[in-house]
Amino acid sequence: MLLAGILFSLGLTSLLVRRNLIFVLMSLEVMLNAAGLAFVVAGSRWHQADGQVVFLFILAMAAAEVCVGLALVLEIYRRCKSLDVDGLSEMRG
Amino acid sequence: MIRWLWLIPALPFASALVLMLFGSRFSRKAIAALGVGSIGLSALITILVAIDFFASPPAGGAYTQLLWTWISVAGFTPQIGFYLDALSLVMVLVVTFVGFLIHIYSAEFMIEDEGYSRFFAYMNLFVASMLTLLLANNLLLLYLGWEGVGLCSYLLIGFWYRDPANGRAARKAFIATRVGDTAMSVGLFLLFTQLGTLEIQDLMHRASEQWPSGSTYAVIAALLLLGGAVGKSAQLPLQVWLPDAMAGPTPTSALLHAATMVTAGVYLIARTHVLFSLAPTAQFTVAIVGASTMLLAGFSALTQYDIKRVLAYSTVSQIGYMFLALGVGAWQAAIFHFVTHACFKALLFLGAGVIINALDDEHSIFKMGGLREELPVAFWTFLIAGCSLAGLPLITAGFFSKDLIIWEAWSAQQGHPALWIAGMIGALLTSLYIFRVIFRVFFGPLGIPVTKRPGYAMTIPLLVLAFFSIVAGYLKVPLLGFLSSALPATIESHTGGLTEIGSEAVAALLFAIGLYFAYLFHLQKRSLADALMANPVARVLHEWWFADWGFDWIYDKAFVQPYIWAAQVNKTDFIDTFYTGVAWLTQLFYRGLSRTETGRVRWYAAAMAAGSVLFVAMVLFK
Repeated sequence: MLLAGILFSLGLTSLLVRRNLIFVLMSLEVMLNAAGLAFVVAGSRWHQADGQVVFLFILAMAAAEVCVGLALVLEIYRRCKSLDVDGLSEMRG
Repeated sequence: MIRWLWLIPALPFASALVLMLFGSRFSRKAIAALGVGSIGLSALITILVAIDFFASPPAGGAYTQLLWTWISVAGFTPQIGFYLDALSLVMVLVVTFVGFLIHIYSAEFMIEDEGYSRFFAYMNLFVASMLTLLLANNLLLLYLGWEGVGLCSYLLIGFWYRDPANGRAARKAFIATRVGDTAMSVGLFLLFTQLGTLEIQDLMHRASEQWPSGSTYAVIAALLLLGGAVGKSAQLPLQVWLPDAMAGPTPTSALLHAATMVTAGVYLIARTHVLFSLAPTAQFTVAIVGASTMLLAGFSALTQYDIKRVLAYSTVSQIGYMFLALGVGAWQAAIFHFVTHACFKALLFLGAGVIINALDDEHSIFKMGGLREELPVAFWTFLIAGCSLAGLPLITAGFFSKDLIIWEAWSAQQGHPALWIAGMIGALLTSLYIFRVIFRVFFGPLGIPVTKRPGYAMTIPLLVLAFFSIVAGYLKVPLLGFLSSALPATIESHTGGLTEIGSEAVAALLFAIGLYFAYLFHLQKRSLADALMANPVARVLHEWWFADWGFDWIYDKAFVQPYIWAAQVNKTDFIDTFYTGVAWLTQLFYRGLSRTETGRVRWYAAAMAAGSVLFVAMVLFK
């Protein structure tokens, strides 16, 4: 559980700190896995199968998210020739 | 055939609707065919209805066609119904017929205008509203037509809306007539609460039963209706809008002045003549209003240099004659003058349109000249119409109708020698101002050269109208006889000291004097006119008359300026402050929130993380 907490905060920090889109995506993955880990640990702690079921869901969702995310990254790169998140601030209010 | 009565207003209305919705997709030919054709059909049906009406006169001299009940609430059930008697038949005949000729004319006149379909849509709606007004069997439906006419006049006066001056003129017309309309609607409320119906014949019947002659209610109701009539018919003190209404296209002016709108007031008073007979005070007011408007407008017409404004003041003055006739109880004479006036005034405006078009939009009569040989059709028809307006004895229609009015101003029971004198001065002024225009425009040295000549669609209506401007006068006896089924004859009383022939002779003499002075000042010795202008007294008078006796100035000072002042003062009252405050707060929030929309994804993510931490904390430590 502690490991899951550490992993999640690591993921969050790198999400906030990193400027490259690929790294942002990777840190998102880290956060998702941390959450999954927390579910699995909780499931084994209380001897329930639900935790693992939810982890399977998270896995499936993460796969879909990566698909969409990478496709978006590719498209953004084609359009802007850069993966700098801060550079992509055209949609300012 | 008489069953087709409802088609008369319905056809122009349907065509206006089609033109408004789909007009932009039609070709110009199709638009003209639809716009002119609907009025033509309506005129045709009117003629068929009229034949039927003559062949087998309906019982009681009137035919009523009820279509459906409009509203039904608490005993108030106005109907959509049309009422046809001699009075409305004559009016409808003139409106559809003159309207048709004006439509033919405008099919060519407006051909280059970008708003071709819009123009015909408005014109058709205008005629449809006027016909509704004329045929309505109750005052509420009449009021619907009344407002429709007001709306269309607004739309048509401001037709060339890109020029703000036209918009101002349109607004002025709308507001000035609205003042009258308000009085009229109050009058309708009063009539309904007192007599319990708005159905015109019923109403007149009940009024004569319940109210004795000269009773307060009758006088107030009649005065309120007069207020409406004064607004629509541009009489004193609401005449200010009509000269400015010249901002619209010329065929509009012709329609507005001859057939529709301005004669609505005359019709209203003639329609409710029973009420006015019950209120001698109100009726006398009508006569006074008519006579004074006639004189004021006549003097103003003498000073104008814009050809259309001269004609506008002349309309105001001629409607003044009709009001004078109504005021002395010469109902038939008023309608007779309406018929002849519709012919020659439409002709004058259409002729002026030809001239203005030919001279590349020049309006000033002092820059025109010598057009007699350049535009022969326009010259002869304009001359006929001018003679008819001024009352050339024994030939033209205007002579018969106007002299009948002047004579009855003397001989009728409510007549008065002073009214007769006013009518005579009016005749002199008419002759002076119209020949001033004719001599300036068609005679003398050539002014601006002619660039465009009218085609057949424009000259044929002129010729037809010129024909009627002469012939209508000979219809005097049959027309008056026909009208007697709807309008009572004039009660004659003091005929001493003057005969009808004598009165006509005086009028003819005044016509000749006016003609001679116009000839002297504006053709033979034009230097005399300049010498007159050099005289300080004359110049002051000229300026005063030119500015419509300062009415605009008075209204500006008395109503417009205080209103603007009050609005300025009231700008920052409590309620406004409150709403301004709300707007200011909203703007503040908007500024603050839009500052956070930086477009930086990492900030958004951080904000989301912080937010979720906050929420979790709130759930855990509540």
